[in-house]
Amino acid sequence: MKSVEELKAIREKALKEISIRENEDKTRIVVGMATCGIAAGARPVMNAFIEELEKRNIRNVTVSMTGCIGICRLEPVAEVIEANGQKTTYVKLDAEKARRIVAEHIVNQKPVTEFTIGAAER
Amino acid sequence: MVYRSHVLICNGTGCTASKAPEIMARLEKELAAKGIEKEVKIVKTGCFGLCEKGPIMVIYPEGATYCHVTPDDVEEIVNEHLVKGRIVKRLLLGDKDVEDVARSLDNVGFFNRQVRVALRNCGVINPENIEEYIARDGYAALAKAVTEMTPQQVIDEIKKSGLRGRGGGGFPTGLKWQFAAKEVNDVKYVCCNADEGDPGAFMDRSILEGDPHSVLEAMAIAGYAIGSNQGYIYVRAEYPIAVQRLKIAIQQAKDYGLLGNNIFGTDFSFDIDIRLGAGAFVCGEETALMTSIEGKRGEPRTRPPFPAVKGLWGKPTILNNVETYANIPVILLKGADWFSSIGTEKSKGTKVFAVGGKINNTGLVEIPMGMTLREVIYDIGGGIPKGKKFKAAQTGGPSGGCIPASHIDVPIDYDNLIELGSMMGSGGLIVMDEDTCMVDIAKFFLEFTVDESCGKCPPCRIGTKRMLEILERITSGRGEEGDIEKLETLAESIKQGALCGLGQTAPNPVLSTLRYFRDEYEAHVKEHKCPAGVCKALLKYMIIPEKCKGCSLCSRKCPVNAISGEVKKPYVIDQSKCIKCGVCMETCKFAAIEKK
Repeated sequence: MKSVEELKAIREKALKEISIRENEDKTRIVVGMATCGIAAGARPVMNAFIEELEKRNIRNVTVSMTGCIGICRLEPVAEVIEANGQKTTYVKLDAEKARRIVAEHIVNQKPVTEFTIGAAER
Repeated sequence: MVYRSHVLICNGTGCTASKAPEIMARLEKELAAKGIEKEVKIVKTGCFGLCEKGPIMVIYPEGATYCHVTPDDVEEIVNEHLVKGRIVKRLLLGDKDVEDVARSLDNVGFFNRQVRVALRNCGVINPENIEEYIARDGYAALAKAVTEMTPQQVIDEIKKSGLRGRGGGGFPTGLKWQFAAKEVNDVKYVCCNADEGDPGAFMDRSILEGDPHSVLEAMAIAGYAIGSNQGYIYVRAEYPIAVQRLKIAIQQAKDYGLLGNNIFGTDFSFDIDIRLGAGAFVCGEETALMTSIEGKRGEPRTRPPFPAVKGLWGKPTILNNVETYANIPVILLKGADWFSSIGTEKSKGTKVFAVGGKINNTGLVEIPMGMTLREVIYDIGGGIPKGKKFKAAQTGGPSGGCIPASHIDVPIDYDNLIELGSMMGSGGLIVMDEDTCMVDIAKFFLEFTVDESCGKCPPCRIGTKRMLEILERITSGRGEEGDIEKLETLAESIKQGALCGLGQTAPNPVLSTLRYFRDEYEAHVKEHKCPAGVCKALLKYMIIPEKCKGCSLCSRKCPVNAISGEVKKPYVIDQSKCIKCGVCMETCKFAAIEKK
């Protein structure tokens, strides 16, 4: 180790790895991964969320899974739950839509209305 | 690839003994079977502290903490939690009915009353991965010290923090460093005392197992502060996991250039080596420890000269305990003012206690100085099993003493404990309930010091042996008038005459139990009775005729046929045959047997 900058670089990189273990209030993206979800393609959706967050270096958002929420016909479903408890439910997702949700909802804080359950049911 | 989930599994000595490695192997297998081995990272960590509930597993991002996990639970955890995202509620530690798992630990007093400074990384990072330590601000304090501070500034910061030695004596750490820094010598040494010997104390082991880099970083900081280029860690060979992780940590630190020559591109160079101890208690004494590092028989010598002047190989040396070192990096990063805001007037910061004995949550806890014994035992420790009454707590191991129930509300710090006739020691805390005989406890600790006395000085070698003989006499019912006074005289002479700390403190368990429980000693000597019903030779099992229904159950269970009688009439125990095993009392359905 020849400089403090070098240490800082390692720290930044390693922090990304372990930030998942911090239990403070953060935004959660919960992907429905029951049989119906997986069959409809939930796994690529979840991976797209994880990769996009990683690419953009976003650490205060976690991705986790949940079971079936009962709207199997609209799978893959994902919910974005913000630290204040506000919940947005997205339906009929694919990897591309997942990336847009990260870009617009997470980064720019503008929910992607066209993918929400409200839009789908109209 | 980024992992979507981390599974942390405690790999401290306790959880390792209760099959943590097998759990990890099963986990790998099950993840592979489900094809999600690339999504879930398995992380082995150090001790979480709640050894009673081990093996412990924590799964992130949910933060679900599972306890008492067995290899057979793994399949369910993988299928339910990791594949379907459903928490396995039956294994949750704490509240099992919560909707939000992150909240499940909210009511677990064991965790939410603790303040973790020395244990900050234990159970959080993988101790065998230096990058995880760096992510948690590891080696940033060393960087700050060598690039932004002068050695004197480092010492001043440590002095200002009020940090005192966590190994027992409680000597101000900054002052120790100042003495060594003042010495003019080309060669100086930094030593780490990891020869943890107090029965029941295991915080040093847990730090070495869970966060070895914090000790390495602190030793390098100490080296910079006093002008030393070489450190030695003296650790007992009975701690194989700790030794293994230390070796890995040292190698990693060298590979990253955090140990070695020209650290952070400065003129400062520092290296660390490990020396294994054979497990002699006396080698935890500083002069004996250094003699042992030199390759000689581990015996103490007189002080002065103190190690800061003439220590290892005759060179100025500082020797600090593992837990003391673990505090150093945090103090430099967060500042002396932050550190000294925790604790009491003369005892700053936190202290780790290994809580054991008659207590529900056996384990490792770190509390701010000044917390009361009551809070530690009841709020964190979960109280005493079977609703028994608290009698006393023993602190400081074989060098310490006991704190009786009447002082349960005294804030714990160095000075209060000394005043009560005990001491902080390394932080062993053994809880005793009403069924504990204090004379027997004193005898236990004295047996330990008699075994461990190195034999160099007569007061310790002969004196403790004589004291033990008197205690053996008392507990076997052959106590004589004047024995208690003899114990006191011997104790005082040993305290004054012994060469090192081991001998000087060896009589403490006897003196402190005498101070608070003299009546128990007197009952043993004068009435030949053990009030707690522990000393077998003084016990009598008797059948209460009014309660005995004559069912004959006890007589059938008695291994030596000492109980006889006629069915449906009261039975009698033949005292000459009775071996006092207590089986009759356990089997009696009518509580008709008493022991006195």
